[in-house]
Amino acid sequence: MEKIQPSLLKRLMPLIIFIALAALLAIGLTLNPRLVPSPLIGKPAPEFDLPLLFNEGSFSNKDLMGQVTLVNVWASWCFACRQEHETVKQLSRSGVRIIGLNYKDEPDDAKNWLAKLGNPYQVIAVDYNGRIAIDWGVYGAPETFLIDKAGIIRHKVIGPLSSKENYDELMSVMSTLEK
Amino acid sequence: MQSLLFKTVFLFIVAFALNVSAAPVETFKFDSPETEKSFHKLSDELRCLVCQNQNVAESNAGLAKDLRLEIYTMLSEGKSEDEIVEFMVQRYGDYVLYRPPFKPMTWLLWFGPIIIFFIGIYYVVRFLKSQGTDTQIDKISDEDIERIKNLHSEQGHVKQGSKKV
Repeated sequence: MEKIQPSLLKRLMPLIIFIALAALLAIGLTLNPRLVPSPLIGKPAPEFDLPLLFNEGSFSNKDLMGQVTLVNVWASWCFACRQEHETVKQLSRSGVRIIGLNYKDEPDDAKNWLAKLGNPYQVIAVDYNGRIAIDWGVYGAPETFLIDKAGIIRHKVIGPLSSKENYDELMSVMSTLEK
Repeated sequence: MQSLLFKTVFLFIVAFALNVSAAPVETFKFDSPETEKSFHKLSDELRCLVCQNQNVAESNAGLAKDLRLEIYTMLSEGKSEDEIVEFMVQRYGDYVLYRPPFKPMTWLLWFGPIIIFFIGIYYVVRFLKSQGTDTQIDKISDEDIERIKNLHSEQGHVKQGSKKV
């Protein structure tokens, strides 16, 4: 018996290695390569000072402070933004402050889009050429940043908020923040 | 038959030729050939995050266009290549680099292939050595001769037993 076991193990080794490798690759397949972790988490919101979509004046990173805020990057040309719009509206109704960052969009298109679908945003800042979005590490719309009272980025949602996974994750981080 | 083969090869050549010409063209004016070289080097080495298997130079995505403009602007302002790479990593993380940085988290990535290579070498050497020892037996030990003798006498015993039946 003592003699059989090591040789059995030796004979099973290729199978064991194969299973281990297959398991590793299977895990790799379930990961979403689109989810690139943002290096900005835990850092202050990048500086910006942008014009508004509807009013005169501007909105800057300093205006983010004092309240837990969602910064939602959206555009009228973005299909997934339409998908998440109901969820964004619900969040807004439940009292969350949501700032819109209108990303590489024509102001008229953006206004029409909101007139048709409803406007959940307290303020909309316009990043017409997408230069500020680069500072925020945005690589596609929609993206949503959770900013705490001190103006620190706490969480980033890539893709629509309406996906259950994205929504639950956002809620769990948000519940840990002081209102 | 031969013409079919020819047609297939021809189709492949045409298909790949079309593929190559799809790279976007923009006209940037550079102050010096060095700046232009830096620009091409950087846009070749930075990943376009929208279409993840293309670099910033090849991609037609809006973001890649913006990043090319950003690289160009920063170079015109006299920023160094390292400064621009640092700028991108601060915003998009290490993922933006096609060549991963050398740090504790990526040691396995860098050393993994070499480690696996040496494990392979170890097993090959062990295998070859075990092959060698098989042919090197030129003398049977006294102990083994004794055992063989014993086995023989046992066999004889069994044969005698079977004869009796």
